[in-house]
Amino acid sequence: MSDSTATRATTDAASADSTQSGVAITLDKVTKVYPGQETPAVDDFSMSVRPGELVMFVGPSGCGKTTTMKMINRIIEPSSGSIAIDGRDVLSLNPNELRRHIGYVIQQIGLFPHMTIAENIAVVPRLLGWSKQKIADRVDELLQTVQLDPGTFAARYPKQLSGGQQQRVGVARALAADPPVMLMDEPFGATDPITREKLQAEFLRLQESIGKTIIFVTHDFDEAIRLGDRIAVLSDRSQIEQFDTPANILSGPANDYVRSFIGQGAALKRLALIPVTDAKLKAASGASGVPSVPVEASLRDALDALVLAGVPAIDVVDGDGRAVGAVSVEAISEVLGAELPGVPPAGA
Amino acid sequence: MNGFDLQGLFTFWSRRWDDILELALQHIAVVALSVLLATVIGVLIGIAVWNRPVPRSLTIAAAGVALTIPSLALLALITPVFGLGWTPTVISLIFYSLLPIVRNTAVGLREVSPAIMESAKGMGMSPAKILFTIQLPIAWPIILTGVRVAAQLTIGIAAIAAYVAGPGLGQLIFQGLSSLGSKNALNFALSGTLGVVILALLVDGAFVLITRLTTSRGLRV
Repeated sequence: MSDSTATRATTDAASADSTQSGVAITLDKVTKVYPGQETPAVDDFSMSVRPGELVMFVGPSGCGKTTTMKMINRIIEPSSGSIAIDGRDVLSLNPNELRRHIGYVIQQIGLFPHMTIAENIAVVPRLLGWSKQKIADRVDELLQTVQLDPGTFAARYPKQLSGGQQQRVGVARALAADPPVMLMDEPFGATDPITREKLQAEFLRLQESIGKTIIFVTHDFDEAIRLGDRIAVLSDRSQIEQFDTPANILSGPANDYVRSFIGQGAALKRLALIPVTDAKLKAASGASGVPSVPVEASLRDALDALVLAGVPAIDVVDGDGRAVGAVSVEAISEVLGAELPGVPPAGA
Repeated sequence: MNGFDLQGLFTFWSRRWDDILELALQHIAVVALSVLLATVIGVLIGIAVWNRPVPRSLTIAAAGVALTIPSLALLALITPVFGLGWTPTVISLIFYSLLPIVRNTAVGLREVSPAIMESAKGMGMSPAKILFTIQLPIAWPIILTGVRVAAQLTIGIAAIAAYVAGPGLGQLIFQGLSSLGSKNALNFALSGTLGVVILALLVDGAFVLITRLTTSRGLRV
């Protein structure tokens, strides 16, 4: 869970290479005005999303984030402005054809109750004319990817699955035709917190291996921090208050609005994004039976363990159980201090 | 008027069972034909108006008018144009069947959840494809219930068609009513009535079976 967020920061650069299959999305001055309303729901929205990037749209209910996302696949038609996917103008394409190449996951999932799980996943491939064998193989592959055993689940119906399982099938279904772009509207919102945590972790792992360009709408800022490569904090009429990486937003919020999202504990949230190996480690005590943190953990895990144990320093151990160093509270503070722009690193 | 003679009824049946059976089969046939045609017409109408509020209200109101016209009156009204026998019977039975079928089709199609509709649209299905592969299968149990109600209605109304020389068990009932006082009057009327009741139960049972067999396992409650 938090270990993968720590390592994600370091693999950001690596994600833009051969493993990613996503394409760029460009929105240029996109506006949506509903007839009869004087203020636009989305006002002059412009953004460039890089290939393979996972962009989170965060904002309160009604700010226009979902409307903006739905204009990308033209579920809602823009009033003005242009949207391009991989350089091609979305508004000039046949909408149905366009949507077959965009994965779409909504909060209530919308699995088709009269079809089996396998048939649900096969919908878009069948629309695209894939062969039966190719579809069957793809269904098996996707079910395994979302950690549902194909033998058990392929022939079941949606009503026989739990909420979390249905959500996974929803993601598998969106991935079926291997689209370069995915749009996800609070896909984990309808699940309980425990399931949501698991789904988020699995989703991160998945994105690391498939690297699609994803627009992910959420009202949960912590989810945005955890999952996003970049976060767009949106206010009314879908205005972009800040569009930056989670680390940059946490350490340098653009205004009070963004600060209100971060809430208390910004420092702790930043620590969750930094691996423990970023801190200057002292010599390990090497004692056995004392609390320790794994080398893949984040600084927040380390601080958590330190506070619980009540000791000044704690060992960092690798996969074989060997201590590679010890981290202290001062070392953790130093990392944060070193990240503050313009402040010289303490105790260098 | 004689008291009721059970033995006489059984003798009546043993002598005329082949006639009674033939009329029963005619009855089923005219009901089946009418309900089948009404289903085709009604479902098509339902598909045409399900998402258009004004046409939908108009067609459902029009179909509802049928139920306010007494069946005897309707039959009498159309006979000058369509003659006697099968034709006016089938036409009026179709007319009576339309309301439950059209209304259930429209309601069934509308009740498919918005989440399902949106995710189907988001996957790149055209409205026609969504209608035929998603909405109709999901709405099917509701539509079939409308057909079942229509069948029940028409089994009863078909008995009245005997008034215009229509086919079926109504002929037994009318023969009994028009010969009141004669030896077998009561037997005729009773046989016709019992036959209609039994047919209604059998047809309802058949619909339970059909519903089970044609509804997706994922939809069954």
